[in-house]
Amino acid sequence: MPALPLDEAGQYVAAAYVVFVVLLIVYVGIMATKLGRISRELGELAELAERRRGEGER
Amino acid sequence: MNSTSLRNLSIATAVLIGAGFALVFFYAPNDADQGFIQKIFYLHVPLAIIALAGFIAGGVCAIQHLRTGDGKWDARSYVSIHTSVIFGVAVLVTGSIWARASWGKWWVWDEPTLVSFLIVFLLYATYYPLRYAIEDRDRQARYASVFAITAGAFVPLNFAAVRAAQSLVHPRTFATAEGGLPPKMWLTFAVCFAGIAALWLTLVRFELTAKSVSGQLSRLRRALDDAPPPRASGTAARIAPGPSASASS
Repeated sequence: MPALPLDEAGQYVAAAYVVFVVLLIVYVGIMATKLGRISRELGELAELAERRRGEGER
Repeated sequence: MNSTSLRNLSIATAVLIGAGFALVFFYAPNDADQGFIQKIFYLHVPLAIIALAGFIAGGVCAIQHLRTGDGKWDARSYVSIHTSVIFGVAVLVTGSIWARASWGKWWVWDEPTLVSFLIVFLLYATYYPLRYAIEDRDRQARYASVFAITAGAFVPLNFAAVRAAQSLVHPRTFATAEGGLPPKMWLTFAVCFAGIAALWLTLVRFELTAKSVSGQLSRLRRALDDAPPPRASGTAARIAPGPSASASS
């Protein structure tokens, strides 16, 4: 096949690079969700530990 | 891995990928045969090479796991394969886009390079159901390691078979009779390859760190749940997180 003209080829090239960036963003989003869950669990554990310390001091 | 080195690795990845993409669009010449569409090469080929190398790395980690019985090697094997499967999705999609632009078809079923990569990808897609179908953690890790070693050995064999086969339309990029890529294209490819390799390593490190922290949190929760309530002497219960799983170390 002959080489595509720039305007048509540009759309395909842009699509390939956009797919890569979108996959990367989705991955970062999933990692951010995981980080949020870890942060929430850490907060719960800190609260639990403080409550236990409070019970011990009473 | 400590947070400073992970941050440095992330910065290096961003710089390499940014530089690589800048070289693709502002430095590398257009291909004489394919024209502008060949720019996909700088993304598609490094992704494919790193994905296949990641599958092999997963097999090597699995060998270490079976030799030592250390869970951190199983975690490394799992994360290597997981990241490579994600890269595999990107390879298939970018390859299909390139195929549509170059050959007028999204997929060519009688082309060994395409079909063999799809077979490898589908093989690794079965890793997840195999792994999570087993409830016992030790058995799960052992079976997954055996799978990773077997499939990891298949990857280079498959690659060699494809190189030996007669290609119909898919180009053989390197070591061609015509001498391969010109220097400007080589430099651009090398920077893009380094960037994609660094991205793979960064994602693997992030995932391992997240798994390690989750594991430590679970142990801390169990320790807090199991610990008897402290006595009224004012001494708070001492909760130690326990030895680190050091999945990321």
